[in-house]
Amino acid sequence: MHAATTLRAPLRAHLAEARCELLRMAREPAFCLPVLGFPAMFYLLFAVVLNRGNPGAAGYLLASYGAFGVIGAAMFGFGVTIAVDRDRGYLRLRRTLPTPPGSLLLARMTMAMLFAAAISLLLAALAATAGGVRLAPAQWAGLALVNMAGVLPFAAIGLWIGTLVGGNAAPALLNVLYLPMAFLSGLWLPLSMLPGWLAKLAPAWPAYHLGQLALKVVGHDDGGRTWAHVAVLALATVAFFALARRRLHAGG
Amino acid sequence: MESTPPLAVLRGACKRYGATRALDRVDLRLHAGQVTALLGVNGAGKSTAVALLLGLLAADAGEASVFGRAPGSLAVRRQCGAMLQTAALPDRLEVGELLDMVRAGYRRPRSVADCVALAGLDGLLGRRYGKLSGGQQRRVQFALAICGRPRLLFLDEPTTGLDIDARQGLWAAVRELVAEGSAVLLTTHYLEEAEALSDRVAVLDGGRLVAGGSVDEVRARVSLRRIRCRSRLAAEAVAQWPGVVEAAREGEALRIAAEPAEPVVRRLLESDPALRELEIRRAGLADAFLALTRSTDARQEAA
Repeated sequence: MHAATTLRAPLRAHLAEARCELLRMAREPAFCLPVLGFPAMFYLLFAVVLNRGNPGAAGYLLASYGAFGVIGAAMFGFGVTIAVDRDRGYLRLRRTLPTPPGSLLLARMTMAMLFAAAISLLLAALAATAGGVRLAPAQWAGLALVNMAGVLPFAAIGLWIGTLVGGNAAPALLNVLYLPMAFLSGLWLPLSMLPGWLAKLAPAWPAYHLGQLALKVVGHDDGGRTWAHVAVLALATVAFFALARRRLHAGG
Repeated sequence: MESTPPLAVLRGACKRYGATRALDRVDLRLHAGQVTALLGVNGAGKSTAVALLLGLLAADAGEASVFGRAPGSLAVRRQCGAMLQTAALPDRLEVGELLDMVRAGYRRPRSVADCVALAGLDGLLGRRYGKLSGGQQRRVQFALAICGRPRLLFLDEPTTGLDIDARQGLWAAVRELVAEGSAVLLTTHYLEEAEALSDRVAVLDGGRLVAGGSVDEVRARVSLRRIRCRSRLAAEAVAQWPGVVEAAREGEALRIAAEPAEPVVRRLLESDPALRELEIRRAGLADAFLALTRSTDARQEAA
């Protein structure tokens, strides 16, 4: 009986926490609307309205706008809330509560992955109907998998930025990083349409590697090795979580 | 009364922020079934002392321990509750959702109905935290602090921003928790709050403990007396007498603070044979507090 309660208690705490984090974000229109709306809007504009029925471009943009959307959900979902919570003393209060270690991060990660799944579904629905994209079931599943796992490195980057600045500055700083990074990584337009020297620099951005993994699923990538992209993203995840952790502990 | 070991202890605790000494060799003991009030002006070190016992800060020197262990571990946090001075909760969560989330971390949480009753949250469970008034938000924070049946409860200026009814409701809840055997550390600058609730008082000033003991003991540290009488004597003249700290006229009444009182009273009676309605009162905790902290101000200004 006692063993059962000790096992159950952390799980119950994690679930309660995940529920709260999801509700918080779902009730925040300033988060939901851009995170779900921008990828869908861009997809409709560039892959459907301006595309004149080229299924290749519709497939490319399905992969790249999926990565674009997921990166936004992860970076803003982590960065802005951490900065606001720290400003307002909520993180400090949480350190006095008996919640299991890491439960806030775990809850927020779950939340970001659910948003990634929602973005994948939304874009898949638009691509399959308006975009005329035809993929094998394994490819649809592969895109969803890449998108959901792709949350990790960008959650870490968002978290780190959220620990650097206050709640008012965080959205601006995140945008300054997010939008150019997406553009320079070939997520808005294929890299072949950028000046050569910019395209050469693309592998320096973590977003490029997530984009390439998604493009590989639909057969439009640059031909880099899968393991190399995964390794860069894994490294970014570990490095930025470590940086964020240090900042959070130092900040009290 | 002091035979059982204290639940939480600060022993020679020091904490600096840069060049400022926030706490300087402070000793504090919190006992089960007692409210200890930590008094002091802003910046006296009250919140720093609370942060050390919660494990939010580490002492530079000395020791902080809770239930005989280092503060801040999960096992310790499961038996503590805290209401911090500035801790805004997520605006978009409903009160009931917040309560469920915090209760889920404790082993044997209080029922939601009990929390609602103790903290006065009737009708608020379905409301979003961000839409509540300041006083209602404070009550939610109190509910979160007590929902885990903590053996040790920290209340850092809990009644700031509460109206009189809400304040007395909170006092009643604290008394109930103490009757159940909890130890409570209360920081406040409302002296009537400390006087109404606490068994023991510790006065901090500039990071140092300047007085500690029961409310009566701290009051007794100060020999200041309040004298009130009807007299024609000029307040300005009386203010110059030896032993008079201050003198002021209020209509027909003359109000004097004196230390010690006896020579002043003797001289009053000699100077004004027509003096009537003489009253002498021992100083309250408020006066004691002012006297204890004023002496340091004077020292600092002299330095």
